[in-house]
Amino acid sequence: MNELGISREQGAVEEVTGKAGGGTQKRKKELSHGLYFLGFVLILYLALYLLEPTSTQKALRASGEVLVTIAPILVVIIGFMGILNYFFTPKTIAKYAGQGSGAKGWILAVTTGILSHGPIYIWYPLLRELREQGMRSGLVAAFLYNRAIKLPHLPLMVYYFGTLFVVVLLVYMVLVSVIVGKLLELIEG
Amino acid sequence: MNVKQEQGSGQKTLAGSFVKAFKSFSMSLPLLLGVVLLLGLFRVFVTNAMISAVFTGAVVRDTVIGAVIGSVSAGSAIISYIIGGELLTANVSLFAVAAFIVAWVTVGVVQFPAEAAILGRRFAITRNILSFIFAIAVAIVTVATVEVLT
Repeated sequence: MNELGISREQGAVEEVTGKAGGGTQKRKKELSHGLYFLGFVLILYLALYLLEPTSTQKALRASGEVLVTIAPILVVIIGFMGILNYFFTPKTIAKYAGQGSGAKGWILAVTTGILSHGPIYIWYPLLRELREQGMRSGLVAAFLYNRAIKLPHLPLMVYYFGTLFVVVLLVYMVLVSVIVGKLLELIEG
Repeated sequence: MNVKQEQGSGQKTLAGSFVKAFKSFSMSLPLLLGVVLLLGLFRVFVTNAMISAVFTGAVVRDTVIGAVIGSVSAGSAIISYIIGGELLTANVSLFAVAAFIVAWVTVGVVQFPAEAAILGRRFAITRNILSFIFAIAVAIVTVATVEVLT
């Protein structure tokens, strides 16, 4: 049972049958927003195609390249979400990333933020699931902030800006990620 | 395993969990596809020369401009390093370049519609505003620390 007195099994049934209501409504709203947004972008493409057909075709090809690059990561993220749904209960999430998680939660958010791959936006659905299961908003913000630190990119960063600059910047960014997370929680109340 | 079985027994199955994950993710797909298409437009229509041209030479103003340009830009962080390197050779201050590369990855104007719809409008607005302010702060303290240490 979690703190709301809902068992894992009850929760699972509610999720499947839609009794939980709020989550389903949110998903429908998200889908509707997404379709409007996608429609707007497609209209933008159409308008630009009439003005700059060659550049617009290039932009479409560039988008296709991005999609091909992120496709394997999308599969991994869906896999993570499936595993999360199956193995983790809201109680477990709350323990490691909830209100009582303390320093452990921040360290987890910072570390996973640094180690995660792919563009930031493909992580939003997984983070939404985690937050719905009890993850603190501040930890979500800290995770997203630390997506800025990518270990494979460091050699290039050092090449352009020097080792000292990169080390100092990374230390400040990790510290600031926690400050941003804490402030966000204060503001959200 | 099917949904009916899940409803009947009240137990989760691995297959059911993956189906649920896929369904949940598919609700976000139109938003993500829209962001990817916007990124394509950004890559082609916003050139490095256009970005370099907006800097004025005034350190404070350029630091804010760096954060603004970084916020509205999108793409891999590697691109921000390359542009940042070019800006440094064009004598743009390190404060401005640092604000630019930090804001590039921490503030997402292009991704904002997706972030707001999936994680909540209030969360997305607050997080992006805080990240913008701290992009400037991080740039200032980083460059100041580097100057002190060297």
